[in-house]
Amino acid sequence: MKRVITGNYAAAYGAYLTRVDFVAAYPITPQTLIVEHISEFVNDGLLDAEYMRVESEHSAMSACVAASATGARTYTATASQGLALMHEVLFIPPVLHLPIVMPVVNRTVAAPIGIWCEQNDTMPQRDTGWLQVYCEDNQEVVDMVIQSCMIGEHKKVLLPSMVMLDAFILSHTVEPVDFPEIEEVDKFLPKYKPEHAYLDPKRPMVLGSFTPPEYIQEARYQTEESMNNARKVITDVTKEFGKTFGRDYGGLIEKYRCEDAEVILITTGTVTSTARLVVDQYRDKGKKVGLIKLRFFRPFPLQEIKELGEQVEAVGVYDRSMSFGTAGPTYIETRYALYGYSIPILNFLAGLGGRDVTIKDISFMFDRLLEAKKGKIKNEIVWIGTRGVEP
Amino acid sequence: MKIKDLSLEELFTSGHTACPGCGGAIVARIAMKVFGKNTCAYFPANCLLVFGGTYPYNAFKVPYLHVLFENSAVCAAGISRALKKLGRDAKTVAFAGDGGTADIGMQSLSGAAERNEDIIYICYDNEAYMNTGIQRSGSTPFGAWTTTTPVGKKIAGKEVFKKDVPRIMMAHDVPYVATASIGYPNDFLNKLEKARDMKGFRYLHVFAPCPTGWRYDPAKTVEIGKLAVECGMWTLYECENGVFRITKKPKLSPVTDYIKLQGRFRHMTEEQVDTLQGWVTEKWEKISGETKG
Repeated sequence: MKRVITGNYAAAYGAYLTRVDFVAAYPITPQTLIVEHISEFVNDGLLDAEYMRVESEHSAMSACVAASATGARTYTATASQGLALMHEVLFIPPVLHLPIVMPVVNRTVAAPIGIWCEQNDTMPQRDTGWLQVYCEDNQEVVDMVIQSCMIGEHKKVLLPSMVMLDAFILSHTVEPVDFPEIEEVDKFLPKYKPEHAYLDPKRPMVLGSFTPPEYIQEARYQTEESMNNARKVITDVTKEFGKTFGRDYGGLIEKYRCEDAEVILITTGTVTSTARLVVDQYRDKGKKVGLIKLRFFRPFPLQEIKELGEQVEAVGVYDRSMSFGTAGPTYIETRYALYGYSIPILNFLAGLGGRDVTIKDISFMFDRLLEAKKGKIKNEIVWIGTRGVEP
Repeated sequence: MKIKDLSLEELFTSGHTACPGCGGAIVARIAMKVFGKNTCAYFPANCLLVFGGTYPYNAFKVPYLHVLFENSAVCAAGISRALKKLGRDAKTVAFAGDGGTADIGMQSLSGAAERNEDIIYICYDNEAYMNTGIQRSGSTPFGAWTTTTPVGKKIAGKEVFKKDVPRIMMAHDVPYVATASIGYPNDFLNKLEKARDMKGFRYLHVFAPCPTGWRYDPAKTVEIGKLAVECGMWTLYECENGVFRITKKPKLSPVTDYIKLQGRFRHMTEEQVDTLQGWVTEKWEKISGETKG
């Protein structure tokens, strides 16, 4: 069923298609429409879920942890300050192995206060143990809500998922989206029946007990093990989803015109779409450029990125947030993945606070990469379009 | 229900590591006997979580969850909603201390009360942050020594009064709010039983003396639990579907009878004692006025 809808509607419709048992809801711009749409689904009797309209995001995530620990398929959505307020709670579900699904609309975190796109809300959560996938369009948003249930609930994974969409660029922009029928999703995605963790007086268990040093390190290791297991599960689920619904996203990354590419740009989110266009233009001019759409940031596609080191002569990394005192988060991790290769790796910072990232900006990135290929430029951090700063 | 009618089975078993004379442990033991096996519990970061079971040990025979400190009410609500959705018929109860209730947990508590979540929330009030080592909370009484209201040369003890959390909860118009003291177990039992058999949001605020933090002989926990009520420092009442009722009329004996047994009040000047006595008298006039009204 094709419909023209916003990214927020796609995220909300994902909750319906996956028949979530429990939703915690709290409004925040630009996420608000997600919980509004779910309220409509619940009040119209379309979605049979317990719907808790909580008094803060801290409580939203707390309620989700408790509901998921009781055995319910659980969903919430947030953005920006809301995610920051949740931060304390985010550490709990990866260790209790609770596969909560949470769309996050990437919005700048204050100060200064703004409501537009930046990844400085989700990137600081990268060490909490959540799977993180960054979406390029509204179709991918609904598809990834469905796939995140499948991936997160897999016995070898059992981790929560954040599904990212760019503020306004996706959240409030309509695009044609092909919604699968709910019956098809039912066949693809089995009901959530946890065996490892659920509160039931018939089978009493303790979840989250006070734990001495003798046992905590093992818990950490298990979360890391789940993360590593997720790599294969993500690839398998993407393939399976592709076979069933006709859309295969390629796994942790998607390559665009990378065959014989000499320089490659790595992007996340909607900037990828603009970058595709620029790649086409450069290819038309005979320039061997390629694009990597980094879909999953957690687990980070270490192997996939490492393989680039063998092939290309320069790598550019686009970041929409800064880890102050170092570089953009994606850049830091890419340098780690490419350790040992002497190719130049450049970091491009643009679009922070929600400024548009244009064809001109991305052309600038590729031009700089083609220069770097000649060996003139070593590793560097480039701030694009910043007043008073020469890029 | 009388004490002699209580089940002999312990759902909060011996072997836990609470201090001798712990009022909080008495609250948990009696409450679990009344609620029974078909219960899911939530504990925030508090003494009860630690002495109730440090991994891999556990003193509770019912399932329980711990998430964080300030979210007991909403976590209990999350459990309760999920149980409902999954068709499992069980009660949900949260046991939080006064810091986790009167201070850091207030937002989540107020939200859950407003939504009339189907949970029982028990605040065991030992009038300070005992798990972290006796720091003042909003529930610490006027004059009391704690490690953050030390007896100094310039200032001695807490300078402001105890926050009245049960009244805040009554203002939410929830089905049931009650106060209790471990010094009056029969009164406590009746309230637990009522809370157990009702639906919707039920709040019990239980006075739970702490010998470690209050500096008294651990053998006197129950006596202190009684004296607090007799002198009017703590009042036993309930508010059932909006009907307010005092369940134990105090003798209104002088507060000195109560405070003289506790090291935390030892430094208090005559003026401070008068201030505390004035607070008690005023509080009682307000409460008794409400019952007449």
